Amino acid sequence: MTFAADQVLDCSGMLCPMPVVKTTKAIKAMQVGQVLKMIATDPGAPPDMAAWARQTGNEILQEAKEEGKFVFYIKRVR
Amino acid sequence: MTRSDPDAPKRLALIASKGTLDWAYPPFILATAGAAMGWEVGIFFTFYGLPLLCHDIKAAVSPLGNPAMPMKMPFGSPGFQGIDWPIPTVLMSIPGFNAMTTGLMKKQFHNKGVASLEELRETAVDLDVQLIGCQMTMDVFGFKKEDFIESCVIGGAATFLEFASEAEVSLFV
Repeated sequence: MTFAADQVLDCSGMLCPMPVVKTTKAIKAMQVGQVLKMIATDPGAPPDMAAWARQTGNEILQEAKEEGKFVFYIKRVR
Repeated sequence: MTRSDPDAPKRLALIASKGTLDWAYPPFILATAGAAMGWEVGIFFTFYGLPLLCHDIKAAVSPLGNPAMPMKMPFGSPGFQGIDWPIPTVLMSIPGFNAMTTGLMKKQFHNKGVASLEELRETAVDLDVQLIGCQMTMDVFGFKKEDFIESCVIGGAATFLEFASEAEVSLFV
């Protein structure tokens, strides 16, 4: 299943905590209900993004690995 | 919003007591990650951590007295970068060695995609992390408020403890 992203954020090459920080900034600038596609290469990103989603109440619709990169579809819930 | 409010954000209280390049990182990383998750975060900069509030961060690092610090090169082939150079302790005290290791660590961090301390501190300010400078340390080591970035406040142990008393997470770094 693929989701239509309203915005794309590329965090390739960044290490902790920047993917989480950049995602927060991007999500805050979006409307509730919109979807952010975030790309990361940090192997710590999947567990960190899951924790981030639980803590902020936003939803990770999908997490996939494409061409060696982690791709997250994140919906702004609140 | 009072802290008894169930909707109040979680709170993280950090003490930054060390000012070397390596130890300066953990408080800023934890603070920015916490703030990114919507937590209310404060860092109390005390003793050697206080200069991290200065306009220019001059944090350096030395392997002297720290046998746990790997001495790897941030350039060259992967095999070369994998070598842990056995540097005799006596060489670590020659003039210029600290500057060299500091430069190598900064390069290593940069190559791997770690943000600089300046960038992390700016991000912390951006995310409304409270930066509290220790008044007592200022008095002892001769710092003035003008030495620090404008977004910090000055306080003492009681100021920090009041903030920390209602924190879910408190860490001393």
